[in-house]
Amino acid sequence: MPIKTYREAINEALRQEMEANDRVIIIGEDVAGGAGGSAGGGEAAGGVMGITAGLATRFGRDRVIDTPITESAIIGMAAGAALTGMRPVAELMFADFIGVCLDQIYNQAAKFRYMFGGKARTPLVVRTMIGAGMGAGPQHSQAIYPMLTMIPGLKVIVPSNAYDAKGLLIQAIRDDDPVIFCEHKSLLGDSCEVPDEPYTIPFGKAAITRTGSDLTLVGISRMVKFCNEVADRLQKDGISIEVIDIRTTSPLDAATILESVKKTGRLVVVDEANPMCSVASEIASIAASDAFDYLDAPVKKVTAPHTPVPASPTLEALYLPTPDKIEVVVRDLLEY
Amino acid sequence: MQLSRDQLLSAYRSMRTIREFEERLHVEFLSGTVPGFLHLYSGQEAIAVGICEQLDDHRDYIGSTHRGHGHCIAKGVDVKAMMKEIYCKKNGVCGGKGGSMHIADLDKGMLGANAIVGGAPPLALGAALSAKLLKTGGVAVPFIGDGAANQGTVAESLNMAAVLKLPMVFMFENNGYAEFTAASYATAGSIEARAKAYNIPAVTVDGADFFAVYEAAREAIERARDGGGPSAIEAKAYRFWGHFAGDPQRYRAAGETKELRENHDCLKIFADKVTQAALLDQAEMNAIDVEVMQLIEDAVAEAKADPQPDPESLYKDVYVSYN
Repeated sequence: MPIKTYREAINEALRQEMEANDRVIIIGEDVAGGAGGSAGGGEAAGGVMGITAGLATRFGRDRVIDTPITESAIIGMAAGAALTGMRPVAELMFADFIGVCLDQIYNQAAKFRYMFGGKARTPLVVRTMIGAGMGAGPQHSQAIYPMLTMIPGLKVIVPSNAYDAKGLLIQAIRDDDPVIFCEHKSLLGDSCEVPDEPYTIPFGKAAITRTGSDLTLVGISRMVKFCNEVADRLQKDGISIEVIDIRTTSPLDAATILESVKKTGRLVVVDEANPMCSVASEIASIAASDAFDYLDAPVKKVTAPHTPVPASPTLEALYLPTPDKIEVVVRDLLEY
Repeated sequence: MQLSRDQLLSAYRSMRTIREFEERLHVEFLSGTVPGFLHLYSGQEAIAVGICEQLDDHRDYIGSTHRGHGHCIAKGVDVKAMMKEIYCKKNGVCGGKGGSMHIADLDKGMLGANAIVGGAPPLALGAALSAKLLKTGGVAVPFIGDGAANQGTVAESLNMAAVLKLPMVFMFENNGYAEFTAASYATAGSIEARAKAYNIPAVTVDGADFFAVYEAAREAIERARDGGGPSAIEAKAYRFWGHFAGDPQRYRAAGETKELRENHDCLKIFADKVTQAALLDQAEMNAIDVEVMQLIEDAVAEAKADPQPDPESLYKDVYVSYN
């Protein structure tokens, strides 16, 4: 099977869905780039990270629409187009920029179906980049999916690898509800086997990436990679770790997590987001409520601290959960 | 442009329906039977009707405001289902889950009243983009108050519409007050000039004059349908009631609303113009008044009698499918 990067997998999903359906369009800042420039106006960027490269050239600027830097208008326009017959994929370049357009997401798009009495469909995808690890500082590095996960009406997707990114994005584009698709900037160059043909991965269905019996590690987005690394390390010491990639924070596959915890009796949740009111807290709460009798030890979280993301690579490394930090917590918990 | 008798009667009926709807709601609200907040459109009818009479159900969209009842009626949303929605009843337009500030009917091209000031213009961009890409010939019209004119979303929407040459008419309704604060205090410069700064053709009209609104809207809609991009209209408007039903209006000088009702009532101005020009008889309009009164009477009675939403509807329609 061909090997593709996370970046290439997303690009391929967009291209294949645009080929399959004329109503799929891309809206965002510099998704093509170059409009009006002295070089002649041809495609010049394909997104700030090159994820949409080639799509404007392939499908034309009517379907790959460069906008001004105007996030409320981008998200609102995409939401309005979704309500009136299109299947827009809006790009919110960095998830941090949600601060200037949150109203259009949570008061508008997320609520249409409910507040209009079930008559609206809003097939909107907002692709956005999350995560630390590039020294990009406090306003370009956050993992803000918890605040979106808490909003009824949104679906929130956190792919941890290239295979999932393609299948989950195609599902997102075909889905009739508003979807926030969180791409981790530190995963863009990671690669794995990705089929050429289009395929979907259902929302709310976690993946078990390592099977084990001693402890359950639940990871989100990039943290799944770290969890797998820890499981592989500990296996050499004869410790059997089960790793769950939740893939989507909303809907959340509580059943798979509970089933695993009932088997292992120990749970560590690893989340790059800040720890308060987070997806990690929610998973811990679910385990405490619904698997209490099966737990042999307290539920633990490994998360970022309750601070902004620092720019200094030294401080950022301290901020992030790492395989080493996860391993310490796991070994401690196994001793409990 | 001369309107036909049927067009004039239709416009009059729509304006009168809005007026009766709102005046009756004011009474009902004070009696305590209507839940939530109400923002009444009385006095501004000629603006909604002046433009919506020229829009199609199926291809033209409007985005509305918290003061949205008039826009809904003008765009053809069912008056009885609206009244039920305002009473938050089971058979309301939105099943009682939207209420006064979220009446929406996509089949009628109504993208929703909107409780967020400045919330709708970005959505209207999307309806205009759909019309442009699907080549429907449709137009999108966001209604924007003088208060919303100060929101960033409106500036962003004007710019985006101009950049993408979207088929839109930005209908500003300057009724002189954003909640309890005057536009003379809070809205710097002129709204018309703001639109023009984006190279968007803009005019200012008297919003109490149906014919002035109609003519400005006609030109703007034609330009949009012909691929000429967005236009803006600033209609000077007259808010007969306060910001919300029950507002004591301490910010207004004594006699201000009385003066507005005497000298800037779009229904009176319309009736005077059409009778003086011998286009309609007063008797024809009186007959419409009687029908409208009955319609509103029935709408209120049916809304009061309509059942409450089913408890299980609380959990429905958060998603199309949650999988």
